[in-house]
Amino acid sequence: MDKPSISAHISHQYNAELEDIRSRVLAMGGLVEQQLANALTALVESDIAMAELVLSTDYKVNAMEVAIDEECTQIIARRQPTASDLRLIMAVIKTITDLERIGDEAERIGRMALQLSKVGTLKKQCMELENMGAQVKKILHDSLDAFARNDPQAALQVARSDLQIDRQYESIMRQLITFMMEDPRSIPRALDVIWSARALERIGDRARNICEYVIYLVKGKDVRHTSLEQIEQETLRG
Amino acid sequence: MATLTHGLDASILDRATQQTKLADLHKSIEVSNLNLYYGSKQALKNVNMVLPRHRVSAFIGPSGCGKSTLLRCFNRMNDLVDGVRIEGKIALEGQDIHARSVNVADLRQRVGMVFQKPNPFPKSIYENVAYGLRIQGVSKRRVLDEAVENALRGSALWDEVKERLHDNALSLSGGQQQRLVIARAIAIEPEVLLLDEPASALDPLSTLKIEELIYELKSKYTIVIVTHNMQQAARVSDFTAFMYLGELIEFDATATLFTNPKKKQTEDYITGRYG
Repeated sequence: MDKPSISAHISHQYNAELEDIRSRVLAMGGLVEQQLANALTALVESDIAMAELVLSTDYKVNAMEVAIDEECTQIIARRQPTASDLRLIMAVIKTITDLERIGDEAERIGRMALQLSKVGTLKKQCMELENMGAQVKKILHDSLDAFARNDPQAALQVARSDLQIDRQYESIMRQLITFMMEDPRSIPRALDVIWSARALERIGDRARNICEYVIYLVKGKDVRHTSLEQIEQETLRG
Repeated sequence: MATLTHGLDASILDRATQQTKLADLHKSIEVSNLNLYYGSKQALKNVNMVLPRHRVSAFIGPSGCGKSTLLRCFNRMNDLVDGVRIEGKIALEGQDIHARSVNVADLRQRVGMVFQKPNPFPKSIYENVAYGLRIQGVSKRRVLDEAVENALRGSALWDEVKERLHDNALSLSGGQQQRLVIARAIAIEPEVLLLDEPASALDPLSTLKIEELIYELKSKYTIVIVTHNMQQAARVSDFTAFMYLGELIEFDATATLFTNPKKKQTEDYITGRYG
């Protein structure tokens, strides 16, 4: 199957509407990336102002989700999209749900950053979190990139690298458990770090979801809830 | 990391609410308390509506609901029907079209019409488009040439026929003939274009071309289209009227009517529940 081309309809207006939806999803993705980056900075550098900025910006992500949903509804009602156009609309509706949730996770990290900055952070664990955060930022970016370029191969790469994030998450958990056993007074702070790590891990999963939608969009195969090997097979198939 | 947030705030938040309000638009045609009888049968019942200028308004509804009758009122085509009686008022740019001072031929120059079946004259492509202008007394070759080219470009037919303008119009395909008829209608620069099922005799691709043409033409003309094809109304129109048994049930922005109609009858019709 050829990559879907959305610029070849007889109706130029329809082209423009689909282009517009795509670029709005990417704009929303850009905003969510920014939120995540800011939340991580706030967490690692105990930057209260930055954390507050993250909390006060989340409404924009929500508003974009609502606006894009509305636009998709209009297109379904007025254009009766079929085939790759229909898959695009379906993929967009699902993608923005995940993006909105990623925005919520970023907000959660921002809130943890605020709390930790009040009680003092755990230096070593924050370093670990910073590493994990950098990876999560990268796979979020790469998943949006795969969406922008309709690239199932790139999407597959992202799905693969989500496994590393899961491993990092487990490693941080083990460390923190040891830490808490050694010094129970650190439990409140450690819990905040755990929540942040958990949020990052969830973001990784949601980035992987977005990649699955890209594969669905381009290949027409629904690869949700399947193994990585199956995703690989579907992606590499003609 | 590169982000795409530049210039975001202006565009994101208000698009969804950016719906055109009918009341804010310039009125092209205003219908008040319109009743129409064919003999003793009442075909239109107290219709009131405002059609905005330079927008596409579509009439939908089951057969016999009066949508074509209403369309034909706008250029007084119903005058030709025996036993027709019209009550109420129709104003074009504020002027009553039934006033004594109105010349029907002038009215039809201002309100052009295209029918379901393409009906080109058995003349050349060029003469079909130039016909209306010749009747108006235009005879200068240069003026005619220019007007014919503009009209054919306007109806997205120029590239297909520019090499054979003097071929018989009946040699064109159905879709091309329909665009030729639209070119003939716009050659005399009307204010309003009435389209009665303009694409129902055409194949899907020709239909899409006509729809795209309608979209382009609305920047210059007020367009009113009658269609049996609801999806077509959804695709091409800015406003949609749903009619049933001679009554105007609902008239609203197409985006609203097709996603959240106010009347249950409309909802039943557009979702295919009418028994």
